[in-house]
Amino acid sequence: MGNIRLIARLDVKGAYLIKSINLEGLRKIGDPGEYAKKYYADGADEIIYMDPVASLYGRNSLLDIVEKATRDVFIPITVGGGVRTLSDVEKILKSGADKVAVNTAAIKRPELIREIATRFGSQCMVLSIEAKQSGPDLWEAYYDNGRERSGREVIEWARQGVALGAGEILLTSVDREGSARGFDSDLVKKVGEAVSIPIIASGGMGHTDHLIHVVKEGKADAVAMAHVLHYNKLTFKDIREKARQEGLPIRSTRNEWMN
Amino acid sequence: MDELTVVDYGMGNLLSVKRALEFSCGRVVVTDSAKGIDDASKLILPGVGAFKEGMAELEKRGLIESIRRFCKENRPFLGICLGMQMMLDMSHEFGVSEGLGVIPGTVLPLPPCSLDGRPNKIPHIGWSSLSKSASVASWRGTILESISPFSSFYFVHSFYAVPVNSGHILAECGYNGHRFAAVIRSGNLYGCQFHPEKSGPDGLSLLKDFISL
Repeated sequence: MGNIRLIARLDVKGAYLIKSINLEGLRKIGDPGEYAKKYYADGADEIIYMDPVASLYGRNSLLDIVEKATRDVFIPITVGGGVRTLSDVEKILKSGADKVAVNTAAIKRPELIREIATRFGSQCMVLSIEAKQSGPDLWEAYYDNGRERSGREVIEWARQGVALGAGEILLTSVDREGSARGFDSDLVKKVGEAVSIPIIASGGMGHTDHLIHVVKEGKADAVAMAHVLHYNKLTFKDIREKARQEGLPIRSTRNEWMN
Repeated sequence: MDELTVVDYGMGNLLSVKRALEFSCGRVVVTDSAKGIDDASKLILPGVGAFKEGMAELEKRGLIESIRRFCKENRPFLGICLGMQMMLDMSHEFGVSEGLGVIPGTVLPLPPCSLDGRPNKIPHIGWSSLSKSASVASWRGTILESISPFSSFYFVHSFYAVPVNSGHILAECGYNGHRFAAVIRSGNLYGCQFHPEKSGPDGLSLLKDFISL
């Protein structure tokens, strides 16, 4: 097993970092650039910027935020929300992002996954799946920020996405998102067993035990977290130390090895 | 301040590379012309995407010969990710295609299974530390001079470089028991499979050492 990636997920609306519960009920938190800088300094492995209402264009858009972040954040940045065309992807990558996360547009036209992977490479095509449990061992993919049902069964959709060229899956549990009750480790495990690309578990982190569970039981390759960080409940330092004590492979940051 | 020239051939995260170099105290010029490369004192070839397409984009802009010339004169050169793979003779990504050939070798797909038979997740995405390859006594005087065995770097790739001469491998990295070249070197020509511009302070320090070559 390689090092588990610890990812800060920042949902953005206009010029603000926001936080939602079950992908609804948005709350303003602060300046998304300052938060990214702080998480970078604290030793985050990656940043995900998501724009749930997809205001990709216009002033204070996500593109400006990313462009600014590249001045002092030197870790991979993924951007999601409102990615519909190859030209959207090109603009996002040009502004300094490394990967795009696509959900709604891929559900509406799966061929977009192949087009992005062919033009820009699989490594930048992250398939974002919003999964809601619909029965025992059964999940349905939702879109439009967890509002609309796609009718697609998640595991089958993940397989199809990989066949089309997705290089990674950002797997958000709509049921757990913002709940702080822990990740849906069953979901992560089932999807991870079905495909051979890395899975980022997202939605539900309340404390480090949740992370340990979704890595040990769910076999997640990476873990995205939001409100535990935004509300200062945990720092990357706390998380790294605890996860290491539990035997998880976590990289050392330069701050750690220099001290 | 040292001036660095970054090759723009329509592929790769140019802005991130530029910003990381600027942060590491370099003055950066971006060029998409053969003349820009001829005039460069230090050259960086970034790259994200497919090998064949990368070479086609270089060719379309008429840059291949000038890059080869630059390397022949042993001026400081750094290929990043795809830029590193293109330094070799050829790649087996989507059929066989010819590379720049400034370091003898070939590019192969990462093995689909680990040594114990379990499927590897591909692409290989994540942070890994580097180890000295057996053929290298020390990293002193190289771009890895200030790197510790605990330093880690961000990798994202499905293919890996196999130089003919193992003496050209400066550092290795492991992926589920499989060892591959993480940094290749021949004189002043360097290539790294990972993204130093996305590898935090350790990556920036590597770039700084490249700038002061």
